[in-house]
This record gives sequence, C-alpha cells and structure tokens, in this order.
Amino acid sequence: MSALPARARAVVVGAGIVGNSLAYHLARLGWRDIVQIDKGPLPNPGGSTGHASNFIFPVDHSREMTDITRDSVKQYTEYGCFTQSGGYEVARSEARMQELARRITSSKAWGIESEIVTPKEVQEKVPFLDPEVIVGGFWTPSVGVVESVRFGTLMREKAVEMGALVSVPNTEVLGVDVVDGRVKGVRTSQGDIECEVLVIACGVWSPKIARMAGAHIPLTPAVHQMISVGPIAAFQGLPGEINFPIIRDMDTFCYERQHGGDMEVGSYAHRPILWDPEDIPSIEQSALSPTELPFTSDDFDPQLEQALELMPELLGDENAGIRYAINGLLSLTPDGFPILGETPEVKGLWSAAAVWVKEGPGTARAVAEWIVEGESEIDLHHSDIARFYPHQRTREHVRARTSEAFNKTYGIVHPGEQWSSNRDVRLSPMHEQEKALGAVFHETAGWERPWWYESNAPLVEKYGDAVMPREAEWDSRWWSPIINAEHLAMRDAAGIVDLTAFSMFDVVGPKACEAVQSIVVLNVDVADGRVVYTPVLTPNGGFKADLTVMRLGRNQFRVVTGGAHGNADRKWFEDHMPADGGAYVVDQTSAFTTIGIWGPKAREILQSLTRDDLSNAAFKFGDCRTIEVRSLLVLASRISYVGELGWELYVPFETGARLWSLLLEAGAPHGAVPVGIGVYGTTGRLEKGYRAYGTELDTERNIIEVGMQRPKVKDAEFVGKAAYLKQRDAEPVTVLCSLTVDDHTSSTGVKRYMLGGEPILAADGSLIRDAHGRPTYVTSAGSAPSLGKHVLMAFLPPSHAVVGASYKVEYLGEQYPVTVAATDATPLFDPENARIRG
Amino acid sequence: MNTLVCIKRVPAASSAVTLTDDAMGVDTRHVGYTTSPHEECAVEAAVQLVETHGGTAAVLTVGPEDALEQLRDALAMGVKSAVHVVADSDAFGPADVARAVADVVGARAGSDDAVDLVLLGNDAADTGDFQVGIRLAYRLGWPVVTGVRSFSVEGGRVAALGDGPDGVEHFDVPLPAVLTVKEGGITPRYPSLPGRIKAKKAPVENVTPGFEPAGSGRVRLHLPPEQPSQVQILGEGADAAPALVDVLEQIGVVGR
Repeated sequence: MSALPARARAVVVGAGIVGNSLAYHLARLGWRDIVQIDKGPLPNPGGSTGHASNFIFPVDHSREMTDITRDSVKQYTEYGCFTQSGGYEVARSEARMQELARRITSSKAWGIESEIVTPKEVQEKVPFLDPEVIVGGFWTPSVGVVESVRFGTLMREKAVEMGALVSVPNTEVLGVDVVDGRVKGVRTSQGDIECEVLVIACGVWSPKIARMAGAHIPLTPAVHQMISVGPIAAFQGLPGEINFPIIRDMDTFCYERQHGGDMEVGSYAHRPILWDPEDIPSIEQSALSPTELPFTSDDFDPQLEQALELMPELLGDENAGIRYAINGLLSLTPDGFPILGETPEVKGLWSAAAVWVKEGPGTARAVAEWIVEGESEIDLHHSDIARFYPHQRTREHVRARTSEAFNKTYGIVHPGEQWSSNRDVRLSPMHEQEKALGAVFHETAGWERPWWYESNAPLVEKYGDAVMPREAEWDSRWWSPIINAEHLAMRDAAGIVDLTAFSMFDVVGPKACEAVQSIVVLNVDVADGRVVYTPVLTPNGGFKADLTVMRLGRNQFRVVTGGAHGNADRKWFEDHMPADGGAYVVDQTSAFTTIGIWGPKAREILQSLTRDDLSNAAFKFGDCRTIEVRSLLVLASRISYVGELGWELYVPFETGARLWSLLLEAGAPHGAVPVGIGVYGTTGRLEKGYRAYGTELDTERNIIEVGMQRPKVKDAEFVGKAAYLKQRDAEPVTVLCSLTVDDHTSSTGVKRYMLGGEPILAADGSLIRDAHGRPTYVTSAGSAPSLGKHVLMAFLPPSHAVVGASYKVEYLGEQYPVTVAATDATPLFDPENARIRG
Repeated sequence: MNTLVCIKRVPAASSAVTLTDDAMGVDTRHVGYTTSPHEECAVEAAVQLVETHGGTAAVLTVGPEDALEQLRDALAMGVKSAVHVVADSDAFGPADVARAVADVVGARAGSDDAVDLVLLGNDAADTGDFQVGIRLAYRLGWPVVTGVRSFSVEGGRVAALGDGPDGVEHFDVPLPAVLTVKEGGITPRYPSLPGRIKAKKAPVENVTPGFEPAGSGRVRLHLPPEQPSQVQILGEGADAAPALVDVLEQIGVVGR
C-alpha cells in the first residue's frame, strides 16, 4: 500500500467508477500530483459500483444524459469492458406504446438506432419471454453490459503508470479544511493532505463529505432492490456473461438481465426507501458491503409475480433459486440529473456525484475537462451543482422530490410534467392575488409561476379557433388554450406578467465596469440608465448565458437573468470578479420583484399612473430609469421578450402586490389582462424568434450558429473573445432556424402538436446531420397564435437552412411536413420590430 | 411421517457487532435478520425427508410478529405449513422455548398431524444457548441426538452422524425423536421464485403461549474486547515467496 502524500494538487475521494475514471482523465489532461483515497479496499471498496447491474440503455429523453452515456460506452469499449447484447423496452399497455414511439423520437433526435417491434419479434431474440403479456417493444441494438470494476481498475492503474496518481485505499475522510471559502486540505484516518482541488466522487457518501466543508451535495442514498435467480437451465453451457438481450419491463418498472448462469431481476416499483448518508453502515458493520443492505422481501413480492408472468418457464423453474437478493443503495437527486461541478459554497471543492455506471466514464471526462480547462466539451448545465437554490439543498426537499421521482424511473413523464411535492416554497408578492384570478402555477427553481389564468377563460370564446385548440390529450397536458387567448389579448391591448422568478444581482465597486465588460460580449460601458441584452460566453466561445445588464450608475450594474439558470450565472460572475476586491457581486433576487407590461396599450396604461414622461422621445427602447408610479418608486426598463412596446418594472419585494393591483386596475379599461409564463416563455418569444437558454443556447452552441452576431465586436477583452472572433470568420456548422408546421393531421385524422425534442427529417425520412454528425431536432416548439401557426426551432446544417425548404418532423411515430420560415433571428411576427419601437 | 422444524429469527452476521442502546440486544439496522444457519440446514433436511418419504414438514418459531419473515423464508424452501408462537424472544429463556415447542407437539399428539420428528438447529446464532433441543426431548420423553451433520430415516428409526471428540459418531434412535442439526453436512437450497410466491399464500397458525415465561436470566450483553488483527503481511511480490513456502510447509500443505 502506498503511503499518503502530505501534499497534492488534487485529491479525489472515491474509487468507484467515477473516482477512478476521473483520476485518469485528470492525468490525461496533464495534471500530476493527484491523490485518490477511499475508505474501502481495492478494487471494490463497497460503494454502489460494486453491486451495480452494469447495463446500459443509451436512449434517454435528455440530450445531455444521452451524450454522456454515449461517451461512456465509447470509453468502456475502448478498454474491452463493453459487451453488446441489445435490449428491449417492452410495453404492456397502449399508453406505454405511445411512450415507446416518443422514445423513437428521442433516439432519432440524438442519432441512436432504435425501432418499434412486435411481441413476436421480441420473442425471436428472447425465446423465454411470453409474447402474450406484452403489446410491443422498443429495440435498441447498442444496449450492452459493462465491467465497471475492471474498467475502473484499468483507469486507476493507467493514471498510476503515468506517474500522476497515488491511490491509497482504506483511508477515510475525517474533515475538510476550508479557509476564506477555499479548500486547503483534507484530513483522513491516515493523515492530512494539503490540496488545491478536492473532488468528491464517493457516490452515496458524498453529501456527508460536502457537509464537512460547509457545502451541499443534494442527493440521497436510495434502495434499488435486486435479486439473482439461478442456475437457469437455458443459460447453462453458454459462453460469456450475456447471450440474450436485456429486457426492461417498463410498465412494471422492472428489468431482467442475464448474468452468466443467473437471471437478475431488478425493480424500481417498490416504495421509495431512502437513507441518510450518515446512517450507512461501516464496512465492518455490513453483512455484505455498506451499499448492499438487507433485502426486504415484502417490498419485492409483487414484482416476483410480474416477472414470473413475463418469463413463466425460465423464472418458474423450481430448481432455480434466489441466490442473491439485496437492497442496493444508489444515488437519487431531486431532479434526476447528476450533481457536477464546483460547489457554489467552497472554491476548489468539486462534486462528481449521483452518477450511475452508465454515465461514469463520460461524466468523469467532462468533469476533468471542466476542472482543467474551465469547461467541458459536452454541455453539462442540467447537471451543474450551482443549479440548486438554497431551499433545494435541504434534506427535506431532496427527500420529497426523490420519493416522488423514484417510481418515475421507468415512468411516462410528460415534458411539461410538474412536481407535486414540496411546492409553494418561493412565492411572489402577488401570489394571493394571482390565486384569486385562478392562476395555474408551474414551478421554476422553486418559484410558483402563473402559467395561465382561468380568469381569462372567456377570452378563449372571444378568439375562437385562433387559440389553436389541441384535441389530443398528450399535446394538451399541462397546457391550456387560455395561453393562446392571453397571447392574442396582449397583442391586441396589453398583458401584465409576473416575472418575480428572475434572478438578479448587482456588480458594484470601482472596477465594476471593467469586471462586467470582461464577462459579457456586448459593450456595457454605456451611459447610466441604459440596458444591454448580451450573450455570455465560455472560454471556447459557447453560450454560458444570455442576460440583460442595466447600468444604474458609474459603478453599479444590475444583471437580470432567468430563474432556472440564475444561480449558475451568479456563480460565473462571482468566479470572474477581480482578485483585489475592486468589484463584487451582491445578490438582489429576493430584494426586488419584477412585473412586465407589454402591448400596444402598455404606454397609455403606465402613463396613466405616472407623471414621468414615457413618450418615445423621453423613454427610448433600451432605457432604464426610476419613475414614480403613484406612491411607488419603480425602476422601469424598456425592453421586451415578447415583441411589444412595454417595460419591465422592478420594485422592492414588499411593494410588488401594490404595483400589480395598480397595473391591473389601470389596465382593465384598456383591455389589459394578466398574462402567464405560457405566453412569456413560449408563444410570445417563438413568434419573435427569441432564443432561450437551455433549449437553443448552451455551451455547445455559439453566437454565429444562433444568428445573434452584431456587426462589430467591442474593443474590450472578454471571456471567449478569441474564440468568438474565429467563429465570425468561419462557416457555422449549424444554423438556428424557425420552421412552421404545414399540416398537423395524423393518420387517424387528429391534429397533433409537437412539444419539442422531435427530429427534423429529410423528405425521404432520413436524419439530417451537421458536420459534427449531430442530427437535427426541435429545440423549442409552441403556438404562434398571431400567425396561426405552430412554430418549431431547430439547428439545420447551412446547406439545409434555406427559407422555404420543406422537411418533416417526426412526432409519436408519424411524420408531418414543415417549412423553414427563418434562417436567422428574424422574427416571424413583426419582422421590422415596429411594435417594440411603438 | 411428520416433521416439525424449529427456527429462530436472529440478527444477520457482520464482522463488527453493535449493541442496542440498552445493551440487551444486537443493533440490526444495518444487517437485518435471518434464520440461524444451522436451522437453514434443518429446514433443508425436513424438505428432503418429505421428498423421499412423503408425509409433511411444518416449520415453527417462537418469536415476535416480524419472525413471520423467517417462517416465509422456510415456506419458500418447500415447507408446507407454519406455526408461529407469538412471543418476545428476549423474554423467553431456553426452558421457555422448549416448553412452548413441547406444548405444540403435545397438542398434535394422536391427530393426523402428530409429530414424529422434531428438528432444531444445534444452537441459535445470537444467544448460543445449546439447550432447547435437549430440554425439549426431556419434556417429551423422546431420545435426542445433538450436533447432527446428516441423518437418514428407515423403518421407524433414525441413523444420525455427528462430530464427536474422537471423530465421527454414529447414533441410531427410534422415532419419535429430537435432532439438533449442525451446519456442514446438508446444503440448504435457495428458495425458487414460485416457492417464494407460494410461501406468501401458505397457511400460518398463530399460537399464544399458555404460560408465563421464566426468562433467560440475561442481565446485559458485553462486546468482547477488540481482537488485534490476525493478518500478517509476509512481504510483497516475489520477495514474499520464501516466507509463504515456510508457512505452507508449517501447516502441512507442502512437504518439507
């Protein structure tokens, strides 16, 4: 055993699939002086990797997870640790068959070969499955199994051979030293190590180590039950570990996977059984390993019968016994994504946790790139640890959401699906008034946001077919035609929007201007009282954020950004502040609320409440200044995300309710109505071709590709400038286009409306790939009521990005004709932007 | 022939035992419960007896409500019915358990369910009292053989084999009899999936003990002092070879 060094550049805690792969990737990227510790022995220290079922189904509805998984398979394959078996997801219900058709949508969108098959076809490859029990299946030939412990060992040994890594097992973390918000070292049972970077990659124990440093990794250990039945007569004498495709029995939340002479049956159907990391037994206290807890058979009994139903002869063999049965611990998170990146609480403290075997090597590569180069090739924003707002880091929130999510592991989850647990946490000052208006709330980052108002239901009748009603239940779930009615009312008169969920922070200090200039793309060294909407880039020129910056004074800039990504944006700004303290970030999110008012009547309405001059001459587009609205002082900013004349109005939180009442009262005679986020986030912006972070914009896309370049680039340096200058001189690999659906009629005569994530196909139904090989898919989809069209955004290769070109979109197993309507940011509605200029 | 096999719900084993706060029991949060390993062999023997000779095998436990889990485990291995003497096992000493079992056996005497053979584990994995089998036989007035590794039944007699101080001991006793079984000679089967499903539906007769237990006289448990590690590192790589050869010679694996 190696002795523990006293100093290291990076300490990796954990020798499971993540820790081992991460140590190697750090070494591959040139880092030396890496120390890896684990409290258990090698090669299987007793964490979740050691008992994982080790199979990989590559198709996920999330592009991020699919890409990470695909990269993992590539790495496993490179080291001879992957065996392809193929796999079926089988359906027992028609609802599930629709879900499988939707999975085809995702498989095509991400470029993975899959097909829908009949029960008979499943039985041809899996002769012991009873085809009478199922109605169909989803076949993915690239499904397979991996040897995660062997792969991890190879990774670790490679890093050691490179002279980059010292790996010390049987060493437990006892404490983490943090000085001035930065990691200085780690205390262990074998001595202390000083380090610059500490990576927590110890799965279910990660929250415990984070807490030692005063940080949070909001995951929970949860039980996944698994049994192994054997010897299976049908498997005797067959070579290797796996000879038959893996079965996921989607409607019973179970899987059946051959493992040598045994059949493993695993389940996600039992009640959620959550543990606290602090309660996980030590190695000595465990009967098997700390993460293989005693099997609770009562929880599994219903699954036995379902498994027996599917494979009656094979599992019904009296001579085959349940040889192994565990309550295996794995990691769950409140939103189902891993927890990656530097913790917002402690510099130098990184999380690489809540990562399953199928994602391990890919995640490790991406996190290593992030640590060493400042960003990863694959966009990780869904997994960024900085996404969690304070309340989302509590044990209560984690338990509530993971309990709710557990049985959705194989569930049919609608893209608009809302959580039911731990709601009503972040409430706007107008919340009670909104409830009285019949607001239907959806959640963003804990905020309750009105998506539409039932009080506007009469508008649906008024506008008739213009609200583009949706017949199919799936298309209209978590949706209402009231959204489109509100949209039309806003375009006719005015809409009043609760935007409390915005994240806001000030950059202040003598070097504030310099600091903000160094982060954002556009020039913000503007006159006081101007607002700038600007991209923020990563070093390699990908999108880190898009946000607005108001110059409130010589040394005060207020940054306003979306609630979903606002916490990560704030961390990005904090990370780029000057070391000498000449500028710093002050969070204002909870200090101010925002109400928007937009529409042709917006000026008239607001003017009726103030003596300040709101005329075009006095208050230009892009101006922001404080005005008196009756007895309130309001910071008004003339910008728009819906393409109408109007303002974002910022007031101290406690006066928000008053401002809301004033606007509604003054607006009513003009036909103004409260308008939900269904308009603000989808219909209003899609008609105007506005891009959204997380759908069109992410670190894998650049300014040129999304058509947001300006004629000039500012002189000042900023993050990503060199990359951006290069991008400006090169042909883009893809071009963000707006498309409209020409015909919605399905084969059964029902009009269908895409929801986003669908592949755009060539006329012959083949995938359209860009020069990087990425297929074309719908980034955002929604109604454009003022155009009477359903609008889709998608990145097309430049050769295909031609206005008027015809393609197809595949939705739930059928293809519909679409036409390219714009190949840049030109709005489909009011292309001259006359309405904004009002 | 009717066999009754007696089992006990005990904490599963781990290398570090933790006691409950009152030091009267083992903390089972992390390890859960199981059936004593000797008794799993006894259950297997009972199932095999039915397979060879016909008749029935029933399983019995004296224990809390949760001991139903262990009864179901035995049922999953092929035992057909179960008797649950619902009782707090900590309040029941070995004499009490023997009495409770004897009461059940006595109640069945003369009926179709009359017990011909009672199988127990040699000793319980948690308390290790080694007493119940002998006390039970005494109460019933039946012969008893303890420490049985394997046995066979032929013509109303039991031929049993066990380890004695001077080698293997052979016993021959008439039925009805009591045997306490020891691990090593009989390999318990794993429950099959249909067995598990059947076990859920199998009948379990609940019995309330008809007496006040005398108790075990246990005051509290103590953990033994921690044993220093018995691991001796002989060396690393090829350097370790001579030392390893010495050890192998010492223990007689290779000749000198």
